Amino acid sequence: MRYNALQILVQAFRRNQGWERAWRDPEPQPYYDILIVGGGGHGLATAHYLAKVYGISNVAVLEKGWIGSGNVGRNTTIIRSNYLLPGNGPFYEFSLKLWESLEQDLNFNAMVSQRGILNLFHSDAQRDAFVRRGNAMLLAGADAVLLDASGVAKMYPQLDYENARFPIKGGLLQPRGGTVRHDAVAWGYARSADQHGVDIIQNCEVKGFTIENGVCSGVETSRGPIKASKIAVCVAGSSSRVMAAAGLRLPIESHVLQAFVSEGLKPLIPGVITFGAGHFYISQSDKGGLVFGGDIDGYNSYAQRGGLAVVEDVCEGGMALMPMIGRARLLRMWGGIMDMSMDGSPFIDKTSIDGLYFNGGWCYGGFKATPASGRCYAHLLATNEPHPLAGAYRLDRFLHGRMIDEKGAGAQPNLH
Amino acid sequence: MIIDHPLLGPRDASEFTYLGDAALLDRPDTALLDFADGADGADRADGAAANAIRQFHDYLYLRDNIAGQTRELWFHEAGDGSWLVVTRDTVTHEIAKVEMARDVALAKKHNDEAK
Repeated sequence: MRYNALQILVQAFRRNQGWERAWRDPEPQPYYDILIVGGGGHGLATAHYLAKVYGISNVAVLEKGWIGSGNVGRNTTIIRSNYLLPGNGPFYEFSLKLWESLEQDLNFNAMVSQRGILNLFHSDAQRDAFVRRGNAMLLAGADAVLLDASGVAKMYPQLDYENARFPIKGGLLQPRGGTVRHDAVAWGYARSADQHGVDIIQNCEVKGFTIENGVCSGVETSRGPIKASKIAVCVAGSSSRVMAAAGLRLPIESHVLQAFVSEGLKPLIPGVITFGAGHFYISQSDKGGLVFGGDIDGYNSYAQRGGLAVVEDVCEGGMALMPMIGRARLLRMWGGIMDMSMDGSPFIDKTSIDGLYFNGGWCYGGFKATPASGRCYAHLLATNEPHPLAGAYRLDRFLHGRMIDEKGAGAQPNLH
Repeated sequence: MIIDHPLLGPRDASEFTYLGDAALLDRPDTALLDFADGADGADRADGAAANAIRQFHDYLYLRDNIAGQTRELWFHEAGDGSWLVVTRDTVTHEIAKVEMARDVALAKKHNDEAK
């Protein structure tokens, strides 16, 4: 069933009884060409592009819970491509371009809203760094505009420009950045993949891998064994746990990142703003809630909940930037588990075991990468060659000194 | 989280800086391993084992990243500047044991020498 205006009209006359379910609920088959472990945004996107772009539809997506129950439903929905390094910039710009045509591609309203993302700077040194970043973005094909304080004040007159400690000197604006309705991304990719013949199997936990003589030929699941020619793991947040079942250790630690939503307010913040002098970023959802967050808690965790020290730190950042939000009440807060990698950049690669592929290490930037991650992972699975834009995301890059360290923080995952 | 410091008593975790897995105390001694295990391939000119780079890569970059009880290094940065080995559950955040990293490292050294 295609979604369009005529369909809405026709269904209205049928008292909306004729809508079909958006994807099937199939029983697992004994064999697939490709098994995708993990029904999050990246896994479902991989299935969609495998079927639609590469014509491989004998594919199943295995999900432990229900699709979209992990980080694709727990993030703060921001899309952007404001990266500095050559290994990252073109990849994320490719992702942003895919976002721009996503809804037509999927025939699904994902509420892609290019409302602009503004990174504020508060010192001359920070301005220099942002000029450099903006130039790197332009070279990677992205868009970037440098604003002085008066330019920022035209967009956001409500910020605290007189802050003695952290005066706002200006900002780097990416007008094409913005937000996307995160759940709709999972649903849209799932519906499209399903329509192209992919089996989406929920409540099916992968318990182990069938590996003989260095070749992976299937998985053990809570719903029985399934054979496959290629097994593609895509479970960021739980990567170390799942890959340990295949005997692999990863350059990844799991950390908790918190996010917050305030009560619904009238339109206040039209775009996305990041505070340059502390850990705070904010946007406003279409329902009116202020959606904001900050830094990871800083210690390894699988708990999906964080500590109050970080709540205080994030709220202090918010108060320093825009004291007016002090009277807004917090409606919800939660935590998600991030794959924090050793250089802050992700992996899309084969593993040392034939037939076993790995996608993970997205740190706290996985959501914006969803389309490009799916597209490049599908390319790797279909052709056995890395996609040209994801060629830097190798698992063995630390052994060869080819890390992609945007922050220059070194092998310390909680600092990225 | 409250970390029960062996010398100072219970302190808030925000006073500490987190380094990671306490396995980082066991820095590979590639020259020693070379003698103990026999060289796999040719020795390097600097006297280190042929697989020294691989050993240091695994030490520095790979993690077990366990969901459950782990031992990890915390630095009391806003306190007495001591390094602690904290045994903590990454699923519940429950802390089972706190030791001085110095004691842990010395005990390991004595054990290794006894072998």
